[in-house]
Amino acid sequence: MSSFDTYNYDVLVIGAGGAGLRAAIEATANGVSVALICKSLLGKAHTVMAEGGIAAALSNVDERDNWRVHFADTMRGGQYLNDWRMAELHAKEAPDRVRELEAWGALFDRTKDGRILQRNFGGHKYPRLAHVGDRTGLEMIRTLQDHGIHQGIDVHMECTIINLLKDGERVAGALGYEREKGQFKLFRAKAIVIATGGIGRAYKITSNSWEYTGDGHSLAYHAGAELMDMEFVQFHPTGMVWPPSVRGILVTEGVRGEGGILLNREHKRFMFNEIPELYRLQTADNEEEGWKYTQGDRLAKRPPELLTRDHVARCIVREIKEGRGSPHNGVFLDISWIKTKIPNAAEHIKKKLPSMYHQFKKLADIDITKEAMEVGPTTHYMMGGIRVNADTQMSTVPGLFAAGEAAAGLHGANRLGGNSLSDLLVFGKRAGEFAARFAKENSQGVIDDRKVEAFVQQALEPFERTAGDNPFQVQYDLQDAMQDLVGIVRKEDELVKAMHELKKLRERFSKVRVIGNREYNTGWHTALDLQHLLTVSEAITRAAIERKESRGAHFREDHPQKDEHSGNCNLIIVKGEDGQMLVKRMPLRDMRPDLIQIIDEMK
Amino acid sequence: MKADFQIWRGNASGGKFETYSTEIAEGMVVLDAVHQIQAAHANDLAVRWNCKAGKCGSCSAEINGIPKLMCMTRLSELPLNKPVLLQPMKAFPLIKDLVTDVSWNFTVKKKIKKFKPRPPDAQDGTWRMLQQDIDRVQEFRKCIECFLCQDVCHVLREHQLHAAFIGPRFLVHVAALEMHPLDIEDRVEELKKANGIGYCNITKCCTTVCPEDITITDNAIIPLKERVADRFYDPLKKLFRIFRSINK
Repeated sequence: MSSFDTYNYDVLVIGAGGAGLRAAIEATANGVSVALICKSLLGKAHTVMAEGGIAAALSNVDERDNWRVHFADTMRGGQYLNDWRMAELHAKEAPDRVRELEAWGALFDRTKDGRILQRNFGGHKYPRLAHVGDRTGLEMIRTLQDHGIHQGIDVHMECTIINLLKDGERVAGALGYEREKGQFKLFRAKAIVIATGGIGRAYKITSNSWEYTGDGHSLAYHAGAELMDMEFVQFHPTGMVWPPSVRGILVTEGVRGEGGILLNREHKRFMFNEIPELYRLQTADNEEEGWKYTQGDRLAKRPPELLTRDHVARCIVREIKEGRGSPHNGVFLDISWIKTKIPNAAEHIKKKLPSMYHQFKKLADIDITKEAMEVGPTTHYMMGGIRVNADTQMSTVPGLFAAGEAAAGLHGANRLGGNSLSDLLVFGKRAGEFAARFAKENSQGVIDDRKVEAFVQQALEPFERTAGDNPFQVQYDLQDAMQDLVGIVRKEDELVKAMHELKKLRERFSKVRVIGNREYNTGWHTALDLQHLLTVSEAITRAAIERKESRGAHFREDHPQKDEHSGNCNLIIVKGEDGQMLVKRMPLRDMRPDLIQIIDEMK
Repeated sequence: MKADFQIWRGNASGGKFETYSTEIAEGMVVLDAVHQIQAAHANDLAVRWNCKAGKCGSCSAEINGIPKLMCMTRLSELPLNKPVLLQPMKAFPLIKDLVTDVSWNFTVKKKIKKFKPRPPDAQDGTWRMLQQDIDRVQEFRKCIECFLCQDVCHVLREHQLHAAFIGPRFLVHVAALEMHPLDIEDRVEELKKANGIGYCNITKCCTTVCPEDITITDNAIIPLKERVADRFYDPLKKLFRIFRSINK
């Protein structure tokens, strides 16, 4: 028998970004014992990287805004594949969640009359994003962290969960290891919340850190939960492209919200070339009107740079493919031009976008107040995830909940900027609340020791191999395959080829070899993360093959149009009896009449 | 072009510097080189990192003896005619290679009295604050908790007074709370006693290494020292306190 420490909790929250922290805070407030598992140190999760802001219809800047407009914007942005109930709850509850952060010490930028300031962002009709310069995510995670540490939550830092354990149909616990010594930890829990974030590390060019290997998606899938919308991977239009070592690092949409424009090598604002039908009535047709919009002119329409991310990313790819890109295979993003419009532009830019200024100055020798940035698409966000009940956030496995990026539904085929931070807060809270309720109503499940032992042995196998691949190399090759074959522009033959590649990678994974011992061994950690990356990569590819149309973030070169006949459904990924991955089509639920009316009114 | 890196390899029970050579390209930062070495020559090399963009504060280490973030230090800033020296932070116990045990910091923070707001200003439960009144606190809240200021502080680094002094990071944290326009908690006595603010003798090393350019000493620590001096060392107030305690 292997040795490991055993812990007992009512609720186990896996993941300590915005959603996990908010869930843990809520569960504790409901009077149950809670553990919070962080893959890194507390406060370092990817939420910290969020820049632009938290979308919430506070209507501090424009009183015409309300939850109905936010709801309609979110549904339009998601091409109506969203779970409408989640979109409704999100739009209604986000303002309270933001105000709650202020009560816990967050300091958002202010309006002239001392309220929370809101900024423009892509796809949002009115200025809606509560923000702190361009470091909103840091403010949010620090506020939750500093509030959370006084709530009696047990925090397990640098701990990675590798398997979920079940008792019959329901979830009963989780097995993980701590990085420092490589010791295993067994957590018995009545309810588990998955808040592990995204899958960005399945791609070569990504804004995501090493942690985002789809752990939660994969853990839930293997525990029998359904995944949904896995074909929808958001490629953020503006990542850094030069120098090579910073490729993929995010450049906030806030740059465009503050008046930044996209230019090709001919110095032409190409975003005016194509405006999607769904947005034609809301988009400016001339540069002056677009500028006025960014400066708060309430009668002006938004500039095409602030169209949804899926569309902007594709326009950039087209410019590059057709030979009008910048020297390093991107396009230009220029905020410095506003000096022709406002006095003290350099100071204004530094105040509004301090970390962008710092990031380009330091990493690329570019002064964004004087010259244009070079940008290109970067893998940023997973719209797909664990299918959950909209109100409770419980998955199809009893006792297993999910919130934030790891859960699916709110964003449909494409997420609006700013809707992620609000998603984390709204559904993090709900997941915490309902997980606590589940824990109170159910006893602890029984965990089969033999299963635990088998998982432990499996995790240690890479140490015993004397030949085999280096885990880093397998990961790099997987990232190359996904980037090349399942990227922004997809087609059938490449997707089929990706399936073959994944099969070969899975064989190599089964033979990866790890050197050294279990103490803080990054090679071992990478090897264990690979199983999750392989699972989510397969899910993305299978769903991308199945959806033979183009919609939102999923673009098929061989099926370039939206297909209302075959496409109005969600694709569900589930593990079959024989262990094979199955894709099922699920028709959209009929929307409530009052919500249909809102969408019609906002057209 | 290749460059050499001398990286500390070992754990609490001992270790040594190992030299690795790796190919370097335009724009590379130290963390890129460490990753290349890890992937090609030392799969089990321990290093912490997350965002790789100077926003999470995970990859703190000592580069050629100076506390820095590896993700924000470009190789072009360093002399490459000799090996680049990479060591873990010195003020904290070593776990392995470039990773140290920074858990003390999390324990310290937990002991600081939490944010306590005044009652809301408006009926709807919200507050009003002017931008100019929060500018200073927003500076403090830029902190990414990389703990480089803790690492460089001689009170912690040389004298190991972790039990008596909370260090610059948490003085900034206290300053952010004390100067928060809504906060009504009082932390001045704690500052003097439990937090050991008197140990800071304003050498400003913390300000120098801060990757977020927070003016730690001038804007956070000195004003807090003034509050402590004002409360405990003002001769008139001292007399008043003695007088009041006699009358009780």
